[in-house]
This record gives sequence, C-alpha cells and structure tokens, in this order.
Amino acid sequence: MPENSAARPIRVGLFVTCLVDLMRPSVGFAAVKLLEDAGCKVEVPEQTCCGQPAFNSGDRTAARDIAEKTIAAFERFDYVVAPSGSCAGQIRKHYPELFHDDPNLAPRAAKLAEKTHELVSFLVDVLGVTSVSSDFTGEVTYHDSCSGLRELGVKSQPRLLLSGIPGVKLVEMNENEVCCGFGGTFAVKYGDISDSIVSKKTENVTKSGATTLLAGDLGCLMNMAGKLQREGKTVEVRHVAEVLAGGIDAPPIGAPAEAAE
Amino acid sequence: MTAHPTSPRFKDNARQALDDAQLQKALGNVRVNFIERRAAVAAKLPEFEELRDSARDIKDHVLAHLDLYLERYEEAVTRSGGQVHWARTAAEAREAVLAICRRVGAKTVTKGKSMISEEIALNDAIEAAGMKAVETDLGEYIIQLRHEAPSHIIAPAVHLNATQVESDFRKHHTHLDPARDLSQPTQLLTEARTILREKFLAADVGITGANFLIAETGTSIIVTNEGNGDLTQTLPKVHIVIASIEKVVPTLEDASQILRVLARSATGQEMSVYTTFSTGPRRPGDVDGPEEYHVVLLDNGRSAMLGTEFQDMLRCIRCGACMNHCPVYHAVGGHAYGWVYPGPMGAVLTPTLIGVDKGGHLPNASTFCGRCESVCPVRIPLPKLMRHWREREFERHLSPATVRWGLGFWAFFAKRPKLYRLATGLAMRALARLGRTKGRFASLPFASGWTDHRDFPAPQGATFQDQWKARRNGRTA
Repeated sequence: MPENSAARPIRVGLFVTCLVDLMRPSVGFAAVKLLEDAGCKVEVPEQTCCGQPAFNSGDRTAARDIAEKTIAAFERFDYVVAPSGSCAGQIRKHYPELFHDDPNLAPRAAKLAEKTHELVSFLVDVLGVTSVSSDFTGEVTYHDSCSGLRELGVKSQPRLLLSGIPGVKLVEMNENEVCCGFGGTFAVKYGDISDSIVSKKTENVTKSGATTLLAGDLGCLMNMAGKLQREGKTVEVRHVAEVLAGGIDAPPIGAPAEAAE
Repeated sequence: MTAHPTSPRFKDNARQALDDAQLQKALGNVRVNFIERRAAVAAKLPEFEELRDSARDIKDHVLAHLDLYLERYEEAVTRSGGQVHWARTAAEAREAVLAICRRVGAKTVTKGKSMISEEIALNDAIEAAGMKAVETDLGEYIIQLRHEAPSHIIAPAVHLNATQVESDFRKHHTHLDPARDLSQPTQLLTEARTILREKFLAADVGITGANFLIAETGTSIIVTNEGNGDLTQTLPKVHIVIASIEKVVPTLEDASQILRVLARSATGQEMSVYTTFSTGPRRPGDVDGPEEYHVVLLDNGRSAMLGTEFQDMLRCIRCGACMNHCPVYHAVGGHAYGWVYPGPMGAVLTPTLIGVDKGGHLPNASTFCGRCESVCPVRIPLPKLMRHWREREFERHLSPATVRWGLGFWAFFAKRPKLYRLATGLAMRALARLGRTKGRFASLPFASGWTDHRDFPAPQGATFQDQWKARRNGRTA
C-alpha cells in the first residue's frame, strides 16, 4: 500500500453509494471526516450506483454498463472506499465475475476490485487505525450486515473502533449475524417475508436494551429503522460512520429534523 | 407423495405459512437448534474448513469424470451380483421399481427415507399399482399418514408438533386402545416402532435411498439415526436402492471424507447413529441380506446441468444446512416452496427439475444474505446460482413486467450520471420537503411492498454529490 507520507497522501475515491447520496448525505460526510482524519485525500468523482440492483435482478447487460462507468470513474485512485459492505462487495467480489469473459475489462475490473474496501475495515485493516475521536455517547448494538460480514469479513473492525469511544457502550444482541430481511428489491417484491424477518431482528434489537442501533449499510438500516418506527419503538438508528466520526447534527434515520439535538 | 408443484403460487403459500401460528412456533426450533449444534460441533474439529474444501474437491472431481465413475460403479455392482437400472426420467425410474415389485409379486414395500422417492413420486406409483408403500423413517411415516410432502430434506416432519402427531396416530391406529396414553414423545415413538416392526417383517421389497454410491466396490451407503434403513434393506427378499447419478464417489476413502462433514453440517452430530453399507445381495454364508439387489440410477435432468453454470449444484450432499440457516426458510418453512426440495438448495434445484417458468419465484425469494453458502459443506455458491436463474428469467422475459420496467427506468438514469444527478437532486429535495415534519413516510405510492410493513425514512434533502460540489465551490447546497 502507498505510504501515508507528506509527499503523497493516499488518494481515496469515495464511492458514496446511491442510498447515502440520495437519502442520507450525512453518512458520506462522516466517511469523508474519518478518511481525512486518517490522513487520506478524499475525492468524489461523479457517480451513480454500483449496479447491484441490476446484477441481482438478472440484468447483466445493465449491470455491466453501469459497472463499466464506475470502473472508469474510480480506477485512477489508490483506493476506493464505500460506506457500505454491500456496494463495496459488489465491486470487490462481483465486478470481476461480471467481466470474466471480457479481455479488455477483466483486468481493469480485477484491479479496481483489489483496491476497493468497505469504510470501517479500510480504516482498521488497511490504514491501521485503532481508535477514532468521537463525542458520541450512548448504549449501542451493532448489526452485522450480510455482504460486509460474509463477503468482506467485516466483524471485528467496527467493534474495535466503537469500543474505543469513551461515551459508547456496546451491547451485543442475539443473532447479530442474521439477515435483517432487506435484500434490496426483495424487501418490496416479497414484503410479507421481509417483514417476518425484520420483525425477528427488531425483537432482538429491543431485547438487547441498546438505545441506538448501528450497522454499516444504509439499506439494512432503513429497513430496521422503518420497522422499529412502525412498531413504535424508540431505538434510534444510525450508520456506524456517523457515530465513529462524532459531531452529529443529523437526526437519526427516519426521525424529524426538529428532534435533532 | 408429491403433488403437482405449487411453486408458482409461492407468494400465497408464504402468506399462509406466515399466518400459521403453529408452524411459526415449529420453525422457531429450526432457527435455534440446528444452528447451535452445527456451530458447536464444527468448532470442535480444527480441520473442519479443510474438510469442506476436500469434500468440494472430491465432488468436483467426480463431476468432471461422472461417466467414468458411473460405469465403474455399474461394473462393481454387477460383479457383486446386483443389477443397475438406468433411468433417464422420473417415469422410467418409477417403472423400473414397479417392474421389480410386480415380478416378485410384492404386496408390501417398506421404504427408508429418500428424497429421490419424493422427486419421482414413488409412493403414489406403488399405491396405484395396488401395492402398499410404508415409510419407515418416523418423520416420513408421520407425513405419509397426513398425505403431506416433507417440509425439510432431513427432518421431513419438522413443521409438526407432538400434539398433531398424537392426533394423527389416534386417527390411523384405530386397532389400538383409544384410552392409551400418548402424551409423551417416547410413547409416540414406541407406538410407531411397534407398528413398523410388523411392516418390516411383512415387507416383500425394501427401498432405500443412498447418501453415497462407491464406484470401486459397488457399495451404497445410507446414514440414518433410527436404524429403520437397516431393517428396510436387510429383511425383505429384495432391496432396491434409488439414487441420482451424482451420488457416486470413487472410493470408500472419499465417502469417509465426506461423511465427516455430512452429519456435522446436517444435525450437528459427529456421525449419524447408523452408517450402513450394502454391497450386492446376500452371499453364501451371509447371515442376512436380500436375495436380490437392485439400483435404480436416476438422471432426471442432472446430466444436462453438467458443463453449465449450474454444475456446482450437483455437489450437494443433501445435509439441509442451507435451509437450517436460511432466514426465508425460517419465515415460511418448506411447504411454501411448493415442491420437493425447499430452502436455498431447492431454490437452485427446483427450477432445473420443474422448469424456471414454474419454479421462478424460488431463486428470487432470497435476500442473498449468503449464510447458506457460508455453511455449505461442499461450498456450493448458492446465491450465485440463484442469480444465474434470475439471469435466465430476465433473458427469457419471465420476470414481472413491473420489475423490468422499474429496473429499466432506474438503469436509464444510473447509466447517465449528469441526468441522474439532476433528477435525483430534484426528487430528493421534494421528498425531503414532504417528509420533513415526521422524518418518514407511513405510505408511499409504488412502494407499498415496503410501507405496508414499515415506515420509509425521508431523505435529508440535497444529495451528497450536490452538497459536495457546492462545498467545493464555496457555497452550501
């Protein structure tokens, strides 16, 4: 990996993800802060989506078209970092698969895949960050989103950084590695089943006694927040990057702006 | 027995299953017991992960040379005095079994647990031919009484509780004292044993499945926990093994390797209680065993999977770990899948066997959480294979028009970053304004699949990219 020297800081292309871009920009700014605090130079090239919805719906042509644009936009950086295990996983694990039969794009996809990381594991595993400064206080529980956990091995890294924040107490819920039922378009196409799965999740969240639920993927977070709120639960839901970066001024996911502290 | 697939009605099946309080309670046990036991027993074996690699490699090797090993297997069976019957289709397999049963004048046919029997709907065929088929695995026996299909490939009656079984036994075992006490599970077990014991002794033909077929020796292996398989295959005069072609492995050593991951992945046992080997009919001097030994080898579309993107599925050793760890299976159980094979392995296999036009829901009804792949003892990339079915559906225009239209609309913008920024920038600001007071929406047009069950958070306002650009240009968005 390139050295973090004064001569040439690590250039990170932030793949902000379509959900964060559209729904919750505060997560993107938290990611920028965490990366800059760790000495990276962050850039945000023009981008849309990693193409996962098309890929998982069986539309390989659209998935390839979109992926090709992402490759072109991001291949100039030292690293590509996304505040999402799902989108980082798409680039890291599935872009090479998508272009395996394309002699021109296969090597480019492979190169991009190699340098693409999920945000928190990038901080810990690649940059060697062991603590962050955050003023967040509260009892939190962490949901291991599926792609981050099983495709990229994100498990200990967020817990390491969270446990170093003085005001944070981490309590584990039962079945923290079980899917929340989001699954992208699954949540809409099979709403009944998705609802049953997320209900088990919110039960585990509530039982943990934590007042804040964290995860590394906005899709899962929106699903869990939406269910908690429909159930009238008061657990606040945030992306883990917001808590790690601290200085939060955005209200929790799905909460009105007036309620912001 | 196997009815016509109800897989095309998967959504309705799922809704029914979700509303079935008793089923939901039963599924709660799957969600905890199987998972904890497997995790504990896997953790106790340091080489477990390497054994999974080895199991995968053995199966891959077999699939690369399947013709060779099948021919070797047939030679070995013939050498040991048995006979192999090749069946291209379910109908040919049924006919092969029935021909043997008819020739020996069978009246009662006992059966060990076999998913191939379910796949070819063998019990129905046996009964239609005027013979009595008796399932001897307790779970299979129970669902046979209820005229149901198995809801799990290794625990066929996992959807039921003891009270339901008691009432089934009282309904069917009418020759027994109606005042008998059946309140304890052990009493149910004893009653089933007593009844089945008579059937074992009366049986003319015993049919078992196979967990492995050994090419070097012509041996078939079954693993069971009840011992019913042994009685099924040793007591009658005729033993018929029904198995699909991908069950063959080269040597006993290979089978022993895979056995080490099979029971651990399935039930969390180190070994199943019985691992039974059978090689040919009774030889002179043998104390027991059948006079005739037959193997019906079923293809039923499997050889057509070789060399395709679905070949990896043929590694499956039917342990059930994928469904034990599947959140969708935990939510709806096995019957909702609407055919023989449920859960993630069923979501990949069923479209092959009944057609993707009928089984198309199954590979779609997955969150791609990947937990199935993470526990599969032969490392089948189940989500990837489900995705391949989605690709075939998309190519054949089988995916719903609304999905295709929505996807096309979204992809149009996703391929055009500038237009995307303009459109999303406007849309998010508008949505944010609408949702400002509450911070979320309780209902949204076009997203009722979401908002029927949960709120949808309002976006914060200007998109990240717009805000970032504005900051770069020294102003706020």
